[in-house]
Order: sequence, then structure tokens, then C-alpha cells
Amino acid sequence: MNTLFDKIWDAHVVQKVEDGPTQLYIDRLYCHEVTSPQAFDELRSRGISCLRPERIYCMPDHNIPTMGQEKPIEEPVSRKQVETLVKNAEEFGLSLFGMKHPKNGIIHVVGPELGLTLPGMTIVCGDSHTSTHGAMGAVAFGIGTSEVGMVMASQCILQQKPKAMRISVEGTLGKGVTAKDVALYIMSQMTTSGATGYFVEYAGSAIRSMSMESRLTLCNLSIEMGARGGMVAPDEITFEYIKGREYAPKGEEWDKAVAYWRTLYSGDDAVFDKEFTFRAEDIEPRITYGTNPGMGIGITETVPSIDSVDEAGRASYEKSLEYMDFESGKSLIGKPIDYVFVGSCTNGRIEDFRAFAAIVKGRRKADNVTAWIVPGSWSVQRQIVAEGIDKVLQEAGFELRQPGCSACLAMNEDKVPSGKYCVSTSNRNFEGRQGPGARTILASPYVAAAAAVTGKITDPREFL
Amino acid sequence: MKREKFDIITDSCIPLPLENIDTDQIVPARFLKATTREGFGENLFRDWRFDKDGNRIESFVMNNPAYSGRILVAGKNFGCGSSREHAAWAIADYGFRVVVSSFFADIHKNNELNNFVLPVVVSEEFLSELFESIDKDPKCQVTVNLPQQTITNNATGKSEHFEINGYKKHCLMHALDDIDFLLSNKDKIEEYEQNKQK
Repeated sequence: MNTLFDKIWDAHVVQKVEDGPTQLYIDRLYCHEVTSPQAFDELRSRGISCLRPERIYCMPDHNIPTMGQEKPIEEPVSRKQVETLVKNAEEFGLSLFGMKHPKNGIIHVVGPELGLTLPGMTIVCGDSHTSTHGAMGAVAFGIGTSEVGMVMASQCILQQKPKAMRISVEGTLGKGVTAKDVALYIMSQMTTSGATGYFVEYAGSAIRSMSMESRLTLCNLSIEMGARGGMVAPDEITFEYIKGREYAPKGEEWDKAVAYWRTLYSGDDAVFDKEFTFRAEDIEPRITYGTNPGMGIGITETVPSIDSVDEAGRASYEKSLEYMDFESGKSLIGKPIDYVFVGSCTNGRIEDFRAFAAIVKGRRKADNVTAWIVPGSWSVQRQIVAEGIDKVLQEAGFELRQPGCSACLAMNEDKVPSGKYCVSTSNRNFEGRQGPGARTILASPYVAAAAAVTGKITDPREFL
Repeated sequence: MKREKFDIITDSCIPLPLENIDTDQIVPARFLKATTREGFGENLFRDWRFDKDGNRIESFVMNNPAYSGRILVAGKNFGCGSSREHAAWAIADYGFRVVVSSFFADIHKNNELNNFVLPVVVSEEFLSELFESIDKDPKCQVTVNLPQQTITNNATGKSEHFEINGYKKHCLMHALDDIDFLLSNKDKIEEYEQNKQK
């Protein structure tokens, strides 16, 4: 009770259904092209419109090519899905940032950077990484397409209230240790289902001192331990980030909003259903070795032995290592890799490209590596150019691509071939996630940069 | 969407004794490009059922004619990962009415319910015994009784109670969905919005 989560959730309850879920009011619905067409069809089949179209923002991101966006999408099925979103947005009168629109990008990068995502809001999208927006002090969670239809029709959703969990990280992060490493560390401690049924609040000195973009990375990965969402109480760092953004409140409205946002924190008497505390000093740059994001190790550690896995999980564990062609008990340092992907809603913000550039500057891309450097939005792309990072990349042999979800889930052309290893700053290392048979190693932009210049898994601290 | 009223089902099962089966395995991303809900059953567990040339992988349980039935039985943490409802559409379109596991990921569980597929959470013991029963006899039957909220392994006679909230149970038994409910509550939504503006 009286947690940050409770305060926002309770302020949005329309009614509690008897012996059932809560009817929750939704402030913002984001729609992308993959999980919305069937929801629009549902409305059409009932002959109804969106109840509050002004609260809905649409942008295609999953199918978008990362080269040649000037031309129509070549792949006909992808093109149709993107065109369907455009038609639906027009028919239902919704805001749309289409392909090549200066505001287009990955929905979870664009929402915060435009000031569409604000503290105290309830936010949903047909996408599990909607948890990202919680970093701004919002209750944000991913939903299915039937639920997208529900929100379009009624601006409400029926949900069971999740339980509350607080994860604190205390202390100071070491050199080369980023929010991505913190998230991968927490996941490996919690497992891929350890927070299922919970909404997580991240707290503690290490989180408080994180930049807004780092917090977005951290909250983005909440779903990878099963959590419905993750959030951070809004503070000066949050307000500073939001101030002046296009859709953020202005003038008197701004002062009123900040005064309200300052009330959004867990009180001293807040009761969480579960609490965990981790030490920042225990976290080193991390990589994953398996086929779910919880299967990770510190970069200097070895792949865990099968004896450390409980009996019911052994079949999955063995399948995982076989898929990755890794051996338990072995270190992964020095292991040759084939691809590097920097981008996604996890690590596609300006901070991530600065980190990548810090290591590749003055060095050369390894010949055995194919690298995809993909900004999370056109706004990030413009910032990269403004800061001259594109020149640094070019001199090091890297090519900057156009924004989109890209190789995170390979719905466009950016597919990792079967059997190849990709060090990826994205969020999932599931079998086939980056293309059928592709082997994904999740890591931070620093680890990705060290791998890109050496052609193998390398501790990035050597370069910092 | 097919809306079939749910009552009591007795059938054999298809076992998948693996943990953490994610929605990328249930339906890989490259099959998410459709703009309708139909036909996803073909791509259910696509990369486990077929090799890259489209040939059936005979060793996979769904390609083994000994196993059939409308009940899918899977290891802990079924449906983790992406929120894609396409996973639930694929399960429903393939013909499953029930998924049994000791633990489900939240979003996927909701997606199944919204597609009139019943996720049944059982104890670890019940699940491992059920896997054993199916291993001994692939035709072994399970009865899922929604009105009573019980699941029975008919090979051993063991029965367990399962949880489902009264609202969702009513929806499944009467083939009603959440939009029907929400549209009938528009006055409450407007009342909320007016109070919020004050």
C-alpha cells in the first residue's frame, strides 16, 4: 500500500468488477503496425469508433527497413502492414508518425523523447517493452491485441492489479558498467519468471544517480524477468529531461504538473509484496550465454554448470547450450563473433551511441564483423549527426543506418544468418529471435563496441 | 474470432516438457505480418515443427501421430516474452482449447483467455505426474471442468482445483468478451473523466 505504483493505479480506477478485474482508465495508447490491425478490424466489425482518439498515437517501427526509407518498402507483406496502419489511423482520426516522418522511430524511444509519456500516466501498447515508459514515473505495460481493441473502444482496460515489488540497487556502478548490465544482472538473479505477477519499482542510490535514458533502458527490460512493468519515481532528473519537449506541458500547466509529479513516490510506510536489494559493486559488464535473457554472466565469469540447474529445467538448459553451441564451465572471452547490432528500444538512444563511439573512436571495425548501427528514432539520428558521432563511426568503418526496430526481432531485412553469433544491444536472445538459427549474445553498447573492433567477445574495460 | 462456449472438456494431450517456452517459439516474428487473425495455426511452433526447407521435423512431438488432442501441456513459465497475441491465435487456430502448465507469463495468459483458450495452472507435482502419464500412454485423457474449476488426470484419477476469477469464468462459459462488458459501462467511463477534470 501507498507505493508509487498504488498511487498511480488507484488514481485511474474506474471501477472494480465484482469477483473480477479492475476497469482501469488509460491516458495514452501507443499503436504500431504489428499488433494493431486486428484491433481496428474488431472496432469496424462492431461499427464503433475510438472513444478518445486524441489519446492514441500510431507509428510503424517493426517492419521498417533501415536502408532506403526514401523508397516504398520492397517486401510486399511488410509494406501492406505499414500501409494498413496508415489507413487505419486516417479512418479512425488518430495521430500518425509514418515512415520517414521526422517524429518516426521506435515507439518506446519516441514517446519519452517527445514528452508524450509523462509521470503519473497510465500507458499501454501492444508490445511487451511498453514497460520502458515506466522510467518516467508512469504505470506502463504491454498488452495483447484484443486488449488494444478494448482500449480503442473504451479508453479502459480490464486488468488484475499486479502485486508490488521493489528492487533496490545501492552503491556506485563501476567503470564500463551500464543500466543494461544492471538489468542483465538483476534478471540473472531473479530468473526469467522471477517477477511475473508483479509491478517493479526500481530504487536505491545507483538508480537515483542514473540518467533518464539509462532508466529507460533498465525499465525496458523489466518484462524479461516476467514483470508487468517497471518504474522509477520521478525526480529532478525526470523533470529536467521532460522540460521543453514538444508535447510536455508548458508555462502554468508545467508548474502544476511538476507539483503533482513531486507527490509520486513510495511513502515511508509503503508496503511491497516483495523486496530485493543488490549491490552496484557486484555488477560487471555482462553478456548472455543462453536463450533467455535471464541466462547471463559477468563477462569474466564462466558458463554455469548443468549441476546448478534444477531437474525440471535441465532439458531446457541443455537445449539452450546446444542451440548456442557453448559449453558449461567455459569462459566466453575471446570467442569469435560475426555480427554486432546496436539499437532497439533497449539501447537505441543518444547515450548508447555515445558509449559505442567512445570505444570505436580511433579504432577499426574487425573484418570478420558485420555491424548494424541503428538509431532508435529520427530524432536520435539527427542528434548523432549533430554531435559528429556519424563521422567517428564512418572513420572506424561503421555505417549509420536509418531508424527502426531492425535486427532486434528481424521483421525487416536485418536478419542474422543461421548459426552466426551476434553481440546485440537488444532485449531478447530467444531461439531464432534475430533470424532462424541466429545466436544472440545480449550486451551493453560498450561490450558491443569492444566486440565490433576486436571481432570477439572482449571485456570493454580494456578500452575505457 | 471463433467464440465457443466453454464447459467441460475431456481429451488427450500434446506434451511439451520444456520450461520458459517463449512467444517467439510459439510463433516466430516473421509470421506476424498478417493483418487478420486467421491461419496462424500453420505457424504454431513453426521452427520446432519444420526445418528451414519446410520439411517436417519428425522427432518433434506435434509431428508424432501417437499424440493428439485439444489440450497442450507445457513446462513452467509458458508464454514468456513478447505480448504478441498471434501466439494465442496460433494456439487457438491449431485447435487447442486448454493449455496446462505450472506457471504462465501474465500477458500471454490474458491473451489466451481473450481468445477463449483456458490456461489451467496446476501444481508442479500434478504437472510432472501428468507428463509421466502421457509418457506411458500418449492417449491418456485429461478432464477440464470449468464450472467446477477442476482438472483431472484420468490415468491416475488425481484431481486438482484451479483458479480463475468469477468474471472471466462467466465470460468463457457464455462466450462473452471484455469489449461487450466495457461498452455496457460507458456511463462509468464518462463519470470518471468528469471527476478527473475537477
